[in-house]
Amino acid sequence: MIFLLSGGITYSQTCNTQLSGEVKDIHDGSLLPNAIVQIKSLGIWAETDSEGRYEFDDLCEGTYTLEINHPECKPITRKVVVENNTIRNFRLEHHIEELNQILLKTNRNNENTLPEATLNKEIIEQYSGATLGDALKEISGVSSLNTGSAIVKPVIHGLHSSRILILNNNVRMQDQQWGVEHAPNIDINSATGLKVIKGAAALQYGGDAIGGVIRVEPLKAPVKDTIIGSAILSAASNGRGGSVTSSILNARESGFYWKAQGTYKYFGDKEAPNYMLSNTGQRERDFSLAMGLNKFQYRLDVYYSYFNTNIGILRASHLGSISDLARAINNGEPLVVRPFTYNIGAPRQDVSHHLLKTSFEKNFYNAGELEIQYSFQFNDRKEFDIRRGEQANRASLDLELMTHNLQSNFTYDHLENFEAKVGIDLTLQNNFANPDTGVRRLIPDYKMFTSGIFMLGNYSPGDKVTLDAGVRYDYSNIDAKKFYLKSRWDERGYDLEFSDLIIGDSGSQWLTNPVFDYHNFSATSGINYRWNNALEANFNLSMASRNPNPSELFSDGLHHSAAIIELGDLNLEQEQAFKVSGSMEGEFAGFTFLINPYLNYINNFILLEPSGIEQTIRGAFPVHEYRQANAQLLGVDVNAGYQFSEKFSYAGNFAYIRGTDLENNRPLVDMPAPQLSNKISYYNNNWQDLRISLSNDIVLEQTRFPNNDFTANVPVDGELVPTDIQISQPPPAYQLFHFNAQTRFTLNTKNDLGIGLSVQNILDTPYRDYLNRQRYYADDLGRNFIVQIKFNY
Amino acid sequence: MKKLKFLSMFLFTGALITSCSSDDDALPEPVNEEELITTLMVTLTPDDGGETVLLSYRDLDGDGPNPPVTDISGNLSANTMYSGNVKVLNELETPVEDITEEVEEEGDEHQFFYTLGSSLDATVSYNDVDEDGMPVGIEFDLETGDASTGNLTVTLRHEPNKTATGVSEGNIANAGGDTDVEATFNIEIE
Repeated sequence: MIFLLSGGITYSQTCNTQLSGEVKDIHDGSLLPNAIVQIKSLGIWAETDSEGRYEFDDLCEGTYTLEINHPECKPITRKVVVENNTIRNFRLEHHIEELNQILLKTNRNNENTLPEATLNKEIIEQYSGATLGDALKEISGVSSLNTGSAIVKPVIHGLHSSRILILNNNVRMQDQQWGVEHAPNIDINSATGLKVIKGAAALQYGGDAIGGVIRVEPLKAPVKDTIIGSAILSAASNGRGGSVTSSILNARESGFYWKAQGTYKYFGDKEAPNYMLSNTGQRERDFSLAMGLNKFQYRLDVYYSYFNTNIGILRASHLGSISDLARAINNGEPLVVRPFTYNIGAPRQDVSHHLLKTSFEKNFYNAGELEIQYSFQFNDRKEFDIRRGEQANRASLDLELMTHNLQSNFTYDHLENFEAKVGIDLTLQNNFANPDTGVRRLIPDYKMFTSGIFMLGNYSPGDKVTLDAGVRYDYSNIDAKKFYLKSRWDERGYDLEFSDLIIGDSGSQWLTNPVFDYHNFSATSGINYRWNNALEANFNLSMASRNPNPSELFSDGLHHSAAIIELGDLNLEQEQAFKVSGSMEGEFAGFTFLINPYLNYINNFILLEPSGIEQTIRGAFPVHEYRQANAQLLGVDVNAGYQFSEKFSYAGNFAYIRGTDLENNRPLVDMPAPQLSNKISYYNNNWQDLRISLSNDIVLEQTRFPNNDFTANVPVDGELVPTDIQISQPPPAYQLFHFNAQTRFTLNTKNDLGIGLSVQNILDTPYRDYLNRQRYYADDLGRNFIVQIKFNY
Repeated sequence: MKKLKFLSMFLFTGALITSCSSDDDALPEPVNEEELITTLMVTLTPDDGGETVLLSYRDLDGDGPNPPVTDISGNLSANTMYSGNVKVLNELETPVEDITEEVEEEGDEHQFFYTLGSSLDATVSYNDVDEDGMPVGIEFDLETGDASTGNLTVTLRHEPNKTATGVSEGNIANAGGDTDVEATFNIEIE
């Protein structure tokens, strides 16, 4: 039996009819496991097993509308008459996935009418040794903000960090995403699916996802006696290291399951085509454990994950002064290049993240489903700088962020064409900045409390139209205790505006107690229109608001990696985004396409911009201040694919975005350059599922950028010479070629072995990317051979 | 039984909430930058007697907004040999911390550079060595020529490449490393 989660059928009824059958691929007739067959009117569903079979027991006779979903297929809806024990098979269109590898589909049941892209397990596995951010770049409209090659932050439609909400196993990640050098603390190997929603969807989890939402979905346990295990070993030439990951899931017919998963990564210095990138080694140790019970009427899950990474930061990117920056930019090559080593020295990051989640779901017959979830997260970030003497092994930054979240919601889905969800969301957060660093705190101690309520609904007046809408209200309170240098306090003018915040005096610093309250409204609404299974369109309007984060409010100090003094602003208000997004996707005679234009207008967009120069004993430093301006982001994502024959296909995508600071009428900084990628694939299922692909990425030069260059006095031969520091000019366009081949050997009915070989940057092209913070100091990665062995059992 | 399980789960989470959000409203302690260099002080003592000249460069608010303050006690005498000595201090500590000691201990990882503007008629040579026999620059000699004015820039580099061309002679151009202090003094030789 294959019940995953079922509605409340009471046994007082004398309904004992069985409905069962198989779900197959419409093209080759292959059986599809993990398809979901849903009887919405009863609120029950079943998942197909490894042989593609599903089964419902104890149904009453009658006519039911079934919806059949599979992560890689277009969903279908069918009416079924159940009399006696009925067998009914379904065939799904398994087409788009093969063409594009990336599925683009509108999610009709969950989120809303925003375009959504999914990366399946096969693609995720190719990135086993890399990061979440690297994998997500496969999706058009998603780019990344890098610090070197190991710190990769996803950028959706030009926005990143606090503007993106990342859901890990249904829990909103709280891992200090405010920093541009803080990558998401998620092991990519813990995901079996990655979903990107390009807009402020998921109001259930927060109303502040101005950029978008990323969902990391773990492996679901079937309700049957089984053990599913897999292991992946990856070895890479660049970095001379690799990763190993393994997972095991044990499920029982009783509904009980447990699973365990672990990953270890070990890399030494990476290489650019012409030199070693010294101090770019990396280690990562992760594991997760889960257990639970899937019963007919309720479901209980407990999940714990631990993530730890130790990342070396390019030695040449550590700067003492503006003279160092001038030398670094003018040199063309990193100022420090040393022989290869596996050792990681300063500067480096050592970050741990713990996530514990328990959730409970209960189905109510004729009504819907109640869900309660509690999660606890603890994030500890230590950053080590280059320091003198005894200090060398002492962290310069040590932040401990603790978050509790309790949420509960009720989904009403009794009616076939209407679904509604209401819920509450409470968060308590505490940040502790350890003073033992001997360095002034970058982010102060604070407590934050947030409470939200939301209401979502979707309605399908006919087969062709789905409407959805949602509203959310959040109240947040942030209570911080921060030390300000008295000189900085006065220079900012806070002595006039905020003198009542002062609660202590420690000589050269004031201790202050800023307390801020925020009220936020967010809303979304949209329509999906489906002409037929091959053509559909979406239109969505959303409004999202985001509070200024602790970094934007409170920063005050020197950033060694950028050689800037970064200043927050206590006067910042929330930013509010209004986004209009449309999409159209279709499939005709082997040709698939998706086009997604959007316009995001952001009120009070918070941006960091240079405002002057300050002199310190190390020399002069540019000052960057947070300020607010109305901004506009206009862009389009395009995907296209063509199936030439059974074996050959083409997939391409293109993304363009244009960001404008409307106040100064000039381009926004750090907007992704236009990019185009093309991929030719060959697939032969007679030759051990051989897949070969050759891809090409073209990134154009970003010609729209604000001119933030400045002039500073730099000592040259004993004289102070005014020197232009050219920090604004984006690097030139580049193009890279990649190759991937993989094959799978079936050892027996349960076990198979996969072997993969890929080559990234085949031509060893030296290049720099505008959205890599280390572009001033060094080229990006050179050629990389990756060998992968996968074993499934 | 199942209810019991669920109940225990809830109690467990409740216990977590209370144990983790310990509500101590203790005030955080201030952090005073421990490795902060607030002051660079150069002492130039004439070898054959005469007035000692003190150059100081002081930034008491670290990377705060206030610019460093330069102080020069007097002019240098022409055609004179001066013995030079440099100190870096953290004057925010009580007692004042002498960071020069740390620099000396890690002499192989540090070097002071004395770069003279072309208009200034003087020469500087190192007068000390680290464990590898390379200069550190805490002790140096400055020999003045004829009357002139110009800049003297004192730079402290952390992890310089001391074997690069010219570095051991005091030429900063190929030194690399990170700048810890960079102070420029406008000097007059009379």
